[in-house]
Amino acid sequence: MSAASGEPREDAPAEEPARRDEAGEAIAVRRGMFGANNGGDTTGYGGLVRTVRLPGPSERPYGGPRGRSGHGEFDEVADELEGALEEQGLAPAEVIEKTVVDRGEVTFHIARAHLPAVARTLRDDPALRFELCTGVSGVHFPGDAGRELHAVYHMRSLTHNRLIRLEVSAPDADPHVPSIVDVYPTNDWHEREVYDFFGLLFDGHPALTRIMMPDDWQGFPQRKDYPLGGIPVEYKGAQIPAPDQRRSYS
Amino acid sequence: MSNTQATAGIRETTEGPVYDVTGGDWDRIAEEIAKNDDERIIVNMGPQHPSTHGVLRLILEIDGETVTEARCGIGYLHTGIEKNLEYRTWTQGTTFVTRMDYLTPFFNEAAYCLAVERLLGIEDDVPDRANVIRVLMMELNRLSSHLVAIATGGMELGATTVMIFGFRDRELCLDLYELITGLRMNSAYIRPGGLSQDLPAGSVDAIREFVKKMRKNLVEYDKLCSGNPVFKARLKDIGHLDLSGCMALGITGPVLRSAGLPHDLRKAQPYCGYENYDFEVPTTDTADSYGRFLLRLEEMRESLRIIEQCVDRLEPGPVMVGDKKIAWPAQLALGPDGLGNSLDHIKNIMGTSMEALIHHFKLVTEGFRVPPGQAYAAVESPKGELGAHVVSDGGTRPYRVHFRDPSFTNLEAVAAMCEGGMVADVIVAVASIDPVMGGVDR
Amino acid sequence: MGLEEKLPSGFLLGTVEQLAGWARKSSMFPATFGLACCAIEMMTTGAGRYDLARFGMEVFRGSPRQADLMIVAGRVSQKMAPVLRQVYDQMPNPKWVISMGVCASSGGMFNNYAIVQGVDHVVPVDIYLPGCPPRPEMLMDAILKLHQKIQGGKLGVNQQEAAREAEEAARNALPTIEMKGLLR
Repeated sequence: MSAASGEPREDAPAEEPARRDEAGEAIAVRRGMFGANNGGDTTGYGGLVRTVRLPGPSERPYGGPRGRSGHGEFDEVADELEGALEEQGLAPAEVIEKTVVDRGEVTFHIARAHLPAVARTLRDDPALRFELCTGVSGVHFPGDAGRELHAVYHMRSLTHNRLIRLEVSAPDADPHVPSIVDVYPTNDWHEREVYDFFGLLFDGHPALTRIMMPDDWQGFPQRKDYPLGGIPVEYKGAQIPAPDQRRSYS
Repeated sequence: MSNTQATAGIRETTEGPVYDVTGGDWDRIAEEIAKNDDERIIVNMGPQHPSTHGVLRLILEIDGETVTEARCGIGYLHTGIEKNLEYRTWTQGTTFVTRMDYLTPFFNEAAYCLAVERLLGIEDDVPDRANVIRVLMMELNRLSSHLVAIATGGMELGATTVMIFGFRDRELCLDLYELITGLRMNSAYIRPGGLSQDLPAGSVDAIREFVKKMRKNLVEYDKLCSGNPVFKARLKDIGHLDLSGCMALGITGPVLRSAGLPHDLRKAQPYCGYENYDFEVPTTDTADSYGRFLLRLEEMRESLRIIEQCVDRLEPGPVMVGDKKIAWPAQLALGPDGLGNSLDHIKNIMGTSMEALIHHFKLVTEGFRVPPGQAYAAVESPKGELGAHVVSDGGTRPYRVHFRDPSFTNLEAVAAMCEGGMVADVIVAVASIDPVMGGVDR
Repeated sequence: MGLEEKLPSGFLLGTVEQLAGWARKSSMFPATFGLACCAIEMMTTGAGRYDLARFGMEVFRGSPRQADLMIVAGRVSQKMAPVLRQVYDQMPNPKWVISMGVCASSGGMFNNYAIVQGVDHVVPVDIYLPGCPPRPEMLMDAILKLHQKIQGGKLGVNQQEAAREAEEAARNALPTIEMKGLLR
């Protein structure tokens, strides 16, 4: 069913798809054919088991945006970042857990303890100059054991006109990520929002309080284990369950 | 807001007496306050206030007329759209995102669809005609959004005429939306892979007519406001935020360009074929509300230029990708029931091909699957960088969608713009940011 | 009756209720309670093309204390609900509520944790106006229907009696799920 399985065109630059084999990060296990998860499986394919994996780490050269292959912009950023980290006495292999190039975008998975150092380097190093942080987005992967909560940062360099992504993860049992508000003051509200929705605690944030939900709200509503919270809708002679309670494809 | 009843009360706290004024006997309060000569007052403006640009709550600490601290309270319009998206198919997602920042529906849809298309790997397959119409609709939308920004900004100042003018011209944009998409607002017109339908007959003429009319009408804002001494006195040097402040706070859009940096994603990282259009990115170096007002006027003129180029570039062709695994039928005609329907498509699936019927049923009820991964697509909305971070787990529904809304980020600048100024200038500063609470709270 | 024929010209006869209803419906002051998309359409209704001034209603009051009509225009979040109630409580009697748009009326497409599923959980609603968002013409239609309702309003004991009857009728009404027939 994969929609990306079109024929490669002659004129398009050769895409370097990230490896989708065992190396990827398993986030879920699907059973059955159509993903129906409530109600009986009448398809006869109920025994089918499939592991969902996010794109795995990439090898050098990383290429550049929009599928450019060979030594490209992403390699330049990676080289500069690794060099700058080494200058600060940090081992790049420890700081950058892995680098994923997928769909023309690069993601640096950063060990959470080193996030502030990386952010400061990205902002201040003249060859990097990622002046603009577009905030943080939380993602909850309950099936990704030990790394359930992800914080995703997008950094934009106006000087060099580049965009990269940083990803930091924390386990549900210890939902702490260092705050980068003192590097990027714009992240003040963004980090509060992620805390509000995912319960991810940003250590060092000046005032980590709820921002969207009422102050006395219980729970973190955009986590996967938090129900949608809809109510059944009544019609004449019929009742339709809330969207998350319906039989549906996944 | 400590008590919910309409009363006035006095409490002793560790920081001195606190007077809660939510109504009731004002004489008692005035008497008590007269005893102290403490002028420090905390005013809670909003969330329901005619001048706060939506359900924005401003908490102002004022000393006489001077604002010493300004803080924002948001979340009063939090709708949970991002969570709701996770229970709908990828195509249905556009119906939700269009309601986020309700003044810029086409930008929300475009950002979301660009991200989904990147995940699907069909970015380059979107037909030219679809891209031209996307640009056309986005630029029309830029006009209508800036018009509301100017209109409501004027209304908040008390300049009702500006509001009447702004809404008059916005109606012209809405007429076009209605003609093209069938809806005045919240149109869900841009879909993953293309558009929901092609331009209807007569729309090109209507657009040309519109451009002619708007050219004439835009001059009226100059006549009414730009040289008006009262308007200038209210806006000049108000809401000042320089470039370093903008960069630190992540401000984009007209506020950033008013500080002199010509950063515009349409030029920096073109999408939907913006690199093929000839337009300027206007800037000013005043870094104040008046500069932002002039910028918005100038951007509207540039938008008109782009719209004209779009109309010239329109070539006949499909408006949906060729891949039948993704494409919903997009050649719609007006059916007898008044709803958009594709009669040829119905004839095909009901009359000739059982497989096509099954396929259509699967595509519409189940939706298409998107390979696992994540993508970030950003567009230059009238307010700044609007980014959509979309994560897929390989299913028929989004795993997570997060919108980086420019209003949300730009609103963080309220403290920097307002502190040290007058209370009345807070209104001007907030209006010059042009936050839309639907986008801020989502 | 015959009384009218004996009156000098220039007199009209009516009940106090009719007169009060006529006065009330002819000078309504809506409170600005714009929340989301519908608020923009509400402002459009007040602006040039649709011109709510034709019905004597173009002056939207910033203060609820000067208003007698609350047009709840948009989705009401859990965080906004107490604020909405407070604003409603601050409005002097008699007061009316139009729930504008499907989100305010029933929660609409946002059937989730954040949105109050119908503003009638918080305040009593006189007119439910569907649409997402409703066109300005629809809002004007709702306002005219409300005018009719106000014109036929009762006073004093009659009002109490009418309120009691309405409550009784609501209590005896068939729940939606037990209704039969087509959706109308």
